[in-house]
Amino acid sequence: MLIKLARLSLWNRRGTALLTLLSLIISLVLLLGIDHIRKEARNSFTNTVSGTDLIVGARSGQLNLLLYSVFRIGNATANVSWQTYERIARHPQIAWTIPLSLGDSHRGYRVLGTNQSYFEHYRYASSQQLQFAEGAAFQGVYEAVLGAEVARQLGYTLGQEITLAHGIGAVSFSEHKDKPFTVTGILAPTGTPVDQTVHVSLEGIEAIHLDWQQGAPMPGRQISAEQALEMDLTPKAITAFMVGLNSRMATFVVQRQVNEFRGEPLTAILPGVALAELWQMLSMVENILLLITLLVLVAGLVGMMTTLLASMRERQREVAILRAVGASPWYLFWLIQLEVLLLTLIAMLGAAGLLVAALWGVQDWLAANYGLFISINPFSWYTLYWAGGILLSAAVLACIPALVAYRRALTDGLSIRL
Amino acid sequence: MTTKPKIPAIELKDLTFWYRADGWQLHIPALSLASGQHLFVRGASGSGKTTLLNLLCGITVPNAGEIWLNGQALHQLSAAKRDKLRAADIGVVFQQLNLIPYLSVLDNVLLRAAFAKAPAAVMQQRAQDLLTALGLPASYWAQPASQLSVGQQQRVAIARALLTQPTLLIADEPTSALDADNRDAFMQVLLAEADKSGTTVIFVSHDQQLQRYFHYQLAMTDLAKGVVAC
Repeated sequence: MLIKLARLSLWNRRGTALLTLLSLIISLVLLLGIDHIRKEARNSFTNTVSGTDLIVGARSGQLNLLLYSVFRIGNATANVSWQTYERIARHPQIAWTIPLSLGDSHRGYRVLGTNQSYFEHYRYASSQQLQFAEGAAFQGVYEAVLGAEVARQLGYTLGQEITLAHGIGAVSFSEHKDKPFTVTGILAPTGTPVDQTVHVSLEGIEAIHLDWQQGAPMPGRQISAEQALEMDLTPKAITAFMVGLNSRMATFVVQRQVNEFRGEPLTAILPGVALAELWQMLSMVENILLLITLLVLVAGLVGMMTTLLASMRERQREVAILRAVGASPWYLFWLIQLEVLLLTLIAMLGAAGLLVAALWGVQDWLAANYGLFISINPFSWYTLYWAGGILLSAAVLACIPALVAYRRALTDGLSIRL
Repeated sequence: MTTKPKIPAIELKDLTFWYRADGWQLHIPALSLASGQHLFVRGASGSGKTTLLNLLCGITVPNAGEIWLNGQALHQLSAAKRDKLRAADIGVVFQQLNLIPYLSVLDNVLLRAAFAKAPAAVMQQRAQDLLTALGLPASYWAQPASQLSVGQQQRVAIARALLTQPTLLIADEPTSALDADNRDAFMQVLLAEADKSGTTVIFVSHDQQLQRYFHYQLAMTDLAKGVVAC
């Protein structure tokens, strides 16, 4: 009877109940949605690079090294010489290395000089390899592989000729116009900075800089694209390199050996640790966002209480009738509590449905425009804690109108005031 | 007054109630009604009618004195026990707005069964019998209570009040919203059904014309003065 009464009483006040429900649903969608996107962003952030045990670069802070090597943000302070790279790569514990050479760009997108091992060993998310949407890896010196975003934004297809620019500005005055590159492959979207990168071979990087010195073309010396192919294109230096070890057990040993390398000052970082440290800095923003959504939820719940309190006036008749047929004051207390729980439950279900629908709707758009991959399913065991917490806080707040009902039941008794 | 050896249905002894010790007081030295008897209490609004009803129903307790309902000391029972006793043993009909508008006619009557802990099937049958006897056949049962006329609503209220065959039925000006024809019809079915259930009726009204339906009469003004009735 209690449930029937609560249900029908709510239905009787469906106008206000619906508005209350709506405000609750909105705040719950906000809360669950932001919590979900927050987790997904963290996932996609920490998934930027995986399977790499160490990243080695010239001596600098670990965040700086991480930012320029993985996120293509900022610049290296110094390079690593090719000899050093080759020596370290021969270390018995090291299974593979990916050399990274940065510093050029194409229409605002960073150009990364690397070799075949990049396509073979680079992993992101849960150990996913890079996939080609079209074409294949570069073979020749003047060939390039585009990230998904680069190809989409600039409308490039296979066979397109592109010129690289010196430096990293979107508009550059010093272009390597004499040595154009041909697009041979386009990568599938990854949701990582790889999407925004133009990949060329180390030899290609070397070739376009043969007649350059100190960041400017050498006057009076022109080497054509064909001439360059005849020359020794072994790079003199690279920016950094990624390292995969035979055994994870050796990580700290190799890291220390790299850090203490005599030939030149180097820094080796554990990408997982550096990513976690970077995320820590970003989590401030994330926490503030969460706090705001929590406050929105509180506002929603308080709104529900206000409506219920206001409705207590028109429900005097119910109180008197129920008291007359033998309802105890506690019965009225629980009647209000049940109504609140019913409203909150419906709101939670509605919010969950709406959120899934919304995620389903924006998933493709987010992936296409921001390279952000968000799963449709926002629920986890963790969500149950949220649900429990929301129900609990609703129940606590519901004590206010419920106690008003209880007090009315005691003092007003059988009098029906109109 | 009654010579029957039975326990009185309701018995008040030296009952005193006040909201503030120095203010208005309700005092009833003695009042006793045997089961099946009907008492008319005459009083204008503001004369303490509602207070008396709340006391008789066990919603409020007296500051001094005793209330016995069917041999049970109402003034000594806990609030929870009084609520239970009211569910089973006391029926109430209000002036108006007796029904929960969003429940059906039948559910309004059965509302009482949920609190009286009576067997559902028996109550269902009795509710239907009562409604039919009160001139509300099956076609009305599923209707929302808000669709009935005031007279019909008051009859549903009688059905609810008498559902559990209570010892006592308390009516608070139940005819005030009815016209003369409806009023007489209402009084007749009320008292006839109360007789069938063997229920004692305490009927409060300011309408002196209704006095003729009752065995006993009592004026609220007498209570305040402390005149013994019955």
